[in-house]
Amino acid sequence: MMNLAESLSIALKKKSKKIPVLINVLLFFLLSFPGSVTADDTTGSAFRYERLNALVIVVVFSAAVLLYTRWARQGRPLFVRKIPGIDAVEEAVGRATEMGKAVLFIPGLQELDDIETIAAISILGRVARITAQYETPLLVPVRYPLVLAAGQEVVEQAYNELGKQDAYNKDIVRYVAGEQMAFTSAVNGLMMRERPAANIFMGAFFAESLLLAETGNAAGAIQIAGTARPEQLPFFIAACDYTLMGEELYAASSYLSKEPLMLGGLKGQDFIKIIIVLLILVGVILVSLDIGDWYYKLFEMA
Amino acid sequence: MRTTIPVIIAFLSGLVLAVSIFFRPEETVIGRIEPELLVWVTIIGGFTLFLGAVSITRVNYNAVRRLKKGWVYNLLTLVSVFVMALPSLLPASWSPLFGDAEGSIYDWLFQRLDKPMMATMFGMLAFYIASAAYRAFRARSAEATILLLTATVVMLWRVPMGEALLRSINPDFPDWINTYVMNGVNMAVQRGIIIGAALGAASMSLRIILGIERTYMGKQ
Repeated sequence: MMNLAESLSIALKKKSKKIPVLINVLLFFLLSFPGSVTADDTTGSAFRYERLNALVIVVVFSAAVLLYTRWARQGRPLFVRKIPGIDAVEEAVGRATEMGKAVLFIPGLQELDDIETIAAISILGRVARITAQYETPLLVPVRYPLVLAAGQEVVEQAYNELGKQDAYNKDIVRYVAGEQMAFTSAVNGLMMRERPAANIFMGAFFAESLLLAETGNAAGAIQIAGTARPEQLPFFIAACDYTLMGEELYAASSYLSKEPLMLGGLKGQDFIKIIIVLLILVGVILVSLDIGDWYYKLFEMA
Repeated sequence: MRTTIPVIIAFLSGLVLAVSIFFRPEETVIGRIEPELLVWVTIIGGFTLFLGAVSITRVNYNAVRRLKKGWVYNLLTLVSVFVMALPSLLPASWSPLFGDAEGSIYDWLFQRLDKPMMATMFGMLAFYIASAAYRAFRARSAEATILLLTATVVMLWRVPMGEALLRSINPDFPDWINTYVMNGVNMAVQRGIIIGAALGAASMSLRIILGIERTYMGKQ
């Protein structure tokens, strides 16, 4: 009996003679499965049929993002609402330049395998371009060596692209401490001694969020924060001038780049949000009518 | 080349990991890839620790050499790094003071200095919350007033004496707070943010996998 991978391979070959190399690589992995996967045999199969609902969601989501990206590539105008927190980044760096003081950027306290840290590193690249342009001192304390390596690469690239190699210093991005509270006390000390004019906190933060933001506030800096962790948002909102909430953190790099291809991804995301809202409304109605059990089970993932 | 190879690695890693969650680890190679790659990440992370040590030494040494403002703290950091690290790197077979077992120099410093200092920093959070709350709860607008009232009621509900006070007003008062404020309004807003953030993370991951997003490599 033919397994799922073999069927997929034949179907793809019938559809197109030019299957990209990467799809073949994927098929190689699929074909290496010892178990036979068929639609009528869902138990003991290599494919986790109980996660089929998640696969459908992934496919629909990817299709929406790709469709909007394609439209963006074709030149369709895409409206993206203003995000004051991101617009304020340039203003904050400008203020630091006028005052002749530094900009402090913290890319969160998580490792580089966290998507929030990757988002923060993307924003760091943009901030570094602005500081390089105005020759404003930049301080980037980090908690993990991998983030140090990525941060140094991104900042150096920004300075090189603007022809400011002389202004670049390897110690702009510096490893401070691996312990959460040791990192916090070191950064708080840095804030009180160097008195940066602008503090930018982007990425994953935990209990230290308020310790950092309150110290920055006491030091008189303009503060912009962004995190996807709802439990830390109130602290940043209370102590910072601008706060990027949840998805805004991930949207920042696309928003700042203004590149239609990246903005297309944001629009695809918005489209999926509309679908989710509709699904929630349908769910509320069905559950209220006491006929929603089957609907609820559709979204359960094992 | 400097961009193409990382983009290919990101594409393959992202695709394989995304696909792997749909396959059983006990029956397929692809299903077992995720834990395997996580081990690779740990190994690479271990090597990069050397980068961190070099960075912390260079930054603090330069500050001490130039007698920058607060250079004493930099000197303390340098001394602490080496006093903590060196004895723990030496084999415990040489002396019970080496290594990181109980009774070693490392253990003594960790238990008697490091841990209490961490606890102190964490304890200070209470005072920071008080000062932030004072600013956030000032009733300057209608929204801030609602926030102030809600926060007062929730804070009262969270302490036994406050809960007793609320029960004296109405026995069901604490349950209403739990049902309508915490599991109602608060939960709805949190879920909204979580759904938005999850979609944002998924969208960004997709952009990285497809090579559309390259800003994390310094490309604009």
